[in-house]
Amino acid sequence: MYPIIKQMLRTGIKTETPPEADESLRTVQQRLQEDILRHFGRALAIRHVDAGSCNGCDLEIHCLNNPYYNIEGLGISFVASPRHADMLLVTGPAAKNMEIALRRTYDAAPEPKLVVALGDCGCGKGIYGENYASCGGIANIIPVDVAVPGCPPTPAAIMQGILTAISKSKNN
Amino acid sequence: MNNFPVQLNELKTAIPTWHSTVDSAGFRAACATIREHGGRLIALWGSDERARGQGFALHAALMDAPGLICLSLPLAAENPAYPSIIDIFPAATRMQRAVYDLLGILAKDSPDTRKWLRHGAWPEDQFPLRKEFDLKQQYPLSGDAYPFVTVTGNGVHEIPVGPVHAGTIEPGHFRFSVIGERVLRLEERLGYKHKGVEKLAETMTIEQGAKLAGRISGDSTVAYAWAYAMAAESLASFTPEPRAVWLRALLLERERIANHLGDLGYLGNDVALAFGFAQFWRLKEDWLRCNQAVFGHRYLMDSIVPGGVTVDLKASDHGHLIKQGDLLEREVRTLRDIYEEHAGAQDRFVTTGRVKPDLAANLGLTGLAGRASAQSWDLRAQYPSAPYDQLDVRMATHRNGDVAARLIVRFEEVFESLRLCRLILDRMPGGTVFTPLPPAPDNAFGIGMVEGWRGEVLMALHSGKDNRIERLHPHDPSWLNWPLLEHAIIGNIVPDFPLINKSFNLSYSGQDL
Repeated sequence: MYPIIKQMLRTGIKTETPPEADESLRTVQQRLQEDILRHFGRALAIRHVDAGSCNGCDLEIHCLNNPYYNIEGLGISFVASPRHADMLLVTGPAAKNMEIALRRTYDAAPEPKLVVALGDCGCGKGIYGENYASCGGIANIIPVDVAVPGCPPTPAAIMQGILTAISKSKNN
Repeated sequence: MNNFPVQLNELKTAIPTWHSTVDSAGFRAACATIREHGGRLIALWGSDERARGQGFALHAALMDAPGLICLSLPLAAENPAYPSIIDIFPAATRMQRAVYDLLGILAKDSPDTRKWLRHGAWPEDQFPLRKEFDLKQQYPLSGDAYPFVTVTGNGVHEIPVGPVHAGTIEPGHFRFSVIGERVLRLEERLGYKHKGVEKLAETMTIEQGAKLAGRISGDSTVAYAWAYAMAAESLASFTPEPRAVWLRALLLERERIANHLGDLGYLGNDVALAFGFAQFWRLKEDWLRCNQAVFGHRYLMDSIVPGGVTVDLKASDHGHLIKQGDLLEREVRTLRDIYEEHAGAQDRFVTTGRVKPDLAANLGLTGLAGRASAQSWDLRAQYPSAPYDQLDVRMATHRNGDVAARLIVRFEEVFESLRLCRLILDRMPGGTVFTPLPPAPDNAFGIGMVEGWRGEVLMALHSGKDNRIERLHPHDPSWLNWPLLEHAIIGNIVPDFPLINKSFNLSYSGQDL
């Protein structure tokens, strides 16, 4: 136990200040009421769905849980089931072989829910495009609230996308 | 090569490679000979040659002691078929099924002809990699009834998992047959991420293909981009500048370290040692930020292109990178001691998810998982292309084949890669880092193979007219290792599956294509 505690103390606290919301990432107007957003802002449950990515975006989602971004410190946690989720965080172009699974996951998440699409592919601008096996952007399959471009988007950008989705729209 | 059943021609590429055009009997005889030598199958793919006035062709890449052996077997234009080789190499099973799904080339006498990559996205009588198939053609989804093997008996029940998993993991389906907590059988169903990569490549020039190559499996972007560049360079009989290949090796070792750090953290996390996750992922983040600062991308995407690299080191980077490596080494040594002395963690690691050496050899387990099961294959040590021929890479191998062994191999490879990074930085030659590639000849075949962090990444590239890609087959080492995961879990309890799965950490995107 002593070496573990020593290492923790030596490392110290690494967590950095989270980014501000960015209105330009919204694809639709904020659909949720303020009282719901207030609850989401303090305890948001996210279900990640990889719909066909190259796994690059997924690497950056993993980083959100590292001590620098410490997303759980903001009250945001990743959950194991869409039935527990307030938000779906979706990566990849929607592979045709994942179309049904993606729809079912969306349907399984209770209302009110939000969808954040990640990466150039998730935004419909990815290298794979639309073809016999790829439906292109996530919005072609399920409604998307916020889309975060990047190949892959940085953890800070992903966090910004998530925080934008649960913030009150300044344009309302 | 002497005493080989078919005539071999040497190919000009960065690793020793021979090619042969064979008939059906020669194909099987060559495979059997390589098997007898203790060699293994790496990849199997097909191509549509009808536009060249021929039929179809089946291609195989195999590893024998002297190097890589590529076989091409011309097939008829109507009802193309070849003799199955799964009695020689069981690892060929899924590859043969994928070749059928994509090209309609049938493996005769194969006991398993179920579909693999085709779910319901295209009809059974359509084959995406045939030239008449339109890339953009979308078919309505059809039903996907997949005949899983069922286990029956008193008290046996099934646990279906996925394709959407309980974590940040790529999609795939796992069908467990269990009694109580104990797993009797696991059957994997992959292909969910199939997004038409190979067909898409055929719309590109060789130059454009580099970006796609770097996005076949994002965690191995450097390995894929290098293997692709190597294939393109072998087509054009081009040797990249020395500084370019030294930089490529630096990028590849940095990718290996980043991935190993992440896995070491997750292996702690999966045995409830959250401390390990926090520590290793802090170190990984520092490493990625350094990549961003020095090379302009956290995962080093698009750094390697045919002809050289797009990044270079400034004089001031040298000291920074050396210092960062030294610091990381000290931290990882401290954490390794903590992992080794943690009784709770070791209790979960040791004997869990075991693949014994004889099974690993029979089924062709490769890469770091293979080295943890006494399969001593590492391209960097055995067939060192520049600059590895000057670095004397020490291969890490263990015999136990359990989660603990795969953990130890990762630790040892982190230390070895840090040593290599240091050597590379100190000996980096000067000069330019990029020279445009001369055009590739039409109808030529190039191959590249790189020891990525997971295992060997292969790129087979057939050129067309005007420097275009006629056929590209990227091959991930996960093809060979996924079937072994089914064996590793047998007799273990269901809650150990995430730990065992993570200890292999295989690519879904790389095999689904």
